[in-house]
Amino acid sequence: MQKCHVQLYALSTCSHCKDTKDLLNQCGIKYDCVDVDKLDPEKQREVLTKVKELNPQCSFPTLVAGDKVVVGFKEAEIKQAVGVA
Amino acid sequence: MKVKELYDFLKKAQEAKGFYFNKDRKRVFELLEGLLTNKERYGYMCCPCRLAAHDREFDQDIICPCAYRDPDVAEYGSCYCNLYVSPEWNAGTIPNAYVPERRPLEKRFPP
Repeated sequence: MQKCHVQLYALSTCSHCKDTKDLLNQCGIKYDCVDVDKLDPEKQREVLTKVKELNPQCSFPTLVAGDKVVVGFKEAEIKQAVGVA
Repeated sequence: MKVKELYDFLKKAQEAKGFYFNKDRKRVFELLEGLLTNKERYGYMCCPCRLAAHDREFDQDIICPCAYRDPDVAEYGSCYCNLYVSPEWNAGTIPNAYVPERRPLEKRFPP
């Protein structure tokens, strides 16, 4: 049973974002993903404001699992955040 | 341009300058696909791991190879995307560690 909601902010062309998606899939974690590069400019600005609040570095991937935020493809941190460590 | 053509072209041009593709060929081809996607989207080969502003002048520093590649390869053995790496990175004699974003914060928000 997954312990929290997982939200991923990613870029569709980014290798680190792909690694993160692959890891979540391998671990059987359900998650919502926004590929920010695919949004129209208005929606993109709105989402970027949110990403900046979560991750002041505003880089991708930014993963939110419950109250935890992991920036970048950091396997151990991601596993811990989503509860599969 | 097809991804294999881009691979062959960049490999030759960049190796002559002392920059090498990651030995992980699958990753390299995915990143090159991303560059071709961005070329089609924006008209220039913007870094696939960064959000483009769709403004060539604003994004000048992240047109691949980006302005941060040389210092990142020198300091970490790899560029931000892990596309270009040092021989030591490929040989595994240095840790293949996370490369932090070097682009200035104010450049990460499209104008």
